[in-house]
Amino acid sequence: MKAGRSRFLLGMLCFGFAFLYVPIILMMIYSFNYSKLVPVWGGFSTRWYSELFQSEEVWNATMLSLKIALLNATFATMLGTLAGIALARIHKFRGRTLFTGMISAPLVMPEVITGLSLLLLFITLNQTIGWPAERGITTITIAHITFSMAFVAIIIQSRLAGTGQDLEEAALDLGAKPFRVLWDITLPQLAPGMVAGWLLAFTLSLDDLVIASFVSGPGATTLPMLIYSRIRLGLRPDINALATIIILAVTISVLIAGWIMLRQQRQMQQREI
Amino acid sequence: MSISKTHAGFGNWLQSRWQTVVSGIPFFWLLLFFLAPFFIVLKISLAESIIASPPFTRLLDWSGGGLPTLKVSIDNFAYMWEDSLYVRTYLSSLKIAFVSTVLCLLIGYPMAYAIVKAEGTTRYILLLLIILPFWTSFLLRVYAWMGLLADQGTLNSFLIWIGVIEKPIRLLYSQFAVYVGIVYTYLPFMILPLYANMEKLDISLQEAAADLGAKPVAGFFTVTLPLTLPGIIAGSLLVFIPATGEFVIPDLLGGGNVLMIGRVLYSEFNANHDWPVASAVAIALVIVLVVPMMLYHKVQAAEALRES
Repeated sequence: MKAGRSRFLLGMLCFGFAFLYVPIILMMIYSFNYSKLVPVWGGFSTRWYSELFQSEEVWNATMLSLKIALLNATFATMLGTLAGIALARIHKFRGRTLFTGMISAPLVMPEVITGLSLLLLFITLNQTIGWPAERGITTITIAHITFSMAFVAIIIQSRLAGTGQDLEEAALDLGAKPFRVLWDITLPQLAPGMVAGWLLAFTLSLDDLVIASFVSGPGATTLPMLIYSRIRLGLRPDINALATIIILAVTISVLIAGWIMLRQQRQMQQREI
Repeated sequence: MSISKTHAGFGNWLQSRWQTVVSGIPFFWLLLFFLAPFFIVLKISLAESIIASPPFTRLLDWSGGGLPTLKVSIDNFAYMWEDSLYVRTYLSSLKIAFVSTVLCLLIGYPMAYAIVKAEGTTRYILLLLIILPFWTSFLLRVYAWMGLLADQGTLNSFLIWIGVIEKPIRLLYSQFAVYVGIVYTYLPFMILPLYANMEKLDISLQEAAADLGAKPVAGFFTVTLPLTLPGIIAGSLLVFIPATGEFVIPDLLGGGNVLMIGRVLYSEFNANHDWPVASAVAIALVIVLVVPMMLYHKVQAAEALRES
């Protein structure tokens, strides 16, 4: 019975991973296809890659997306860290229930709703106070900060919940003032969580299509918006090449980050022994 | 001298008010950019569509002089309720999201269980393989399925090659493709909460059940399943709620053939430029999803409380 069960689990694991990875691997293989018709194999070639590197449109969209992702990750980490500290360490303040609701809602809120409501806000603001004068990098960044700060807040909150308050209480007992304790003791403990939050906010922003499509204006096309406008009409060999580059870049960064974390974990375990 | 004095003043202020500062800044941001927009959507959903800029009527009419008259119209909601297309679209979205959630659970549960059972580095690598697609572009992963499901695509060619079918069958732009797309992209959202929940479980309880003579199936349904219920609920909601409002997957994999509300909302706004109706569609979607969202919030809060 036991052997049967573990065989079932192993089978499900293989099926699940095949399901997750085979489509991506096939897409990568087809990016080296010479034929313009994506599914028909016409021999090995790197022509789509060289076409990609010559496209100014792709370059501009990539730069815009990276700029927004950097700004977003930085501000979302600051706001999300404050929100996470508020959730984990301040147990009573006015509107706390509303606050926790507003933190957990963006995690599951359908993107079309977030996008539509933010666009209508920007239009209303523009008509009443004249800001934002035009939609583009600023409005996209604000929209991205609003949903990605919630993800950072959850990471920070769970990190603070995991580490005890002993150090903070000891410092307070020794006469340190509350804000100094926050600055000198709580924040340094949070550094790894903040790095993780920053990286997550960065990728969430790079990945977003729906919200950016709503709040962007003429002239500001992010990379996902460009990809979407091209693949709506069907398969495109140049998008296969672009996808391969993006996925490889992300995979390599995640693997390096994972390897560093694994090594740190091992060192900590060894120290404990 | 005066600078240091102000500095000290600011320092004292910060010391006594740090809680207000720390909670106040993100609070203000969310009120302005998360809550306020909802009220604007609600307001526009109660207006009437006109050909103007902005393309809707004002709720408060000041034109009569003196006190404004309040003009609220529920026509948009009545229109949605009467037009069977909208009702059918909501029902179809809920059905697709529900079936996808069940499929994610059926595939994700054994996977999460198998990962928890693995040890040391193997477990870590398996977990990394689940998280990896989560970091790579959602749009590109949906696109990968377009290549697989197209008429001339890999799956059709493969089926013809092994002789199951003679000519290509329609896989892309169908309900089937939308199911595959949703299950594929949301599977990690199901596995991760399940894993987090199972990791904390005491596996010895199952062994105790087995020692006491419980059959594996009975042991699973009476011990394991109830213990993993919080993980099942969290994972299911993380799949169900966003899947209901999904836009990209029905648009790219379903073509025009699959009714989903996210796509209707998008085209109502961007193609028809009917803001009041688009807002009403959004408000109705929030109303449909508010119960599962509050449930998710409860589960999250309970989890946070247990950790601290």
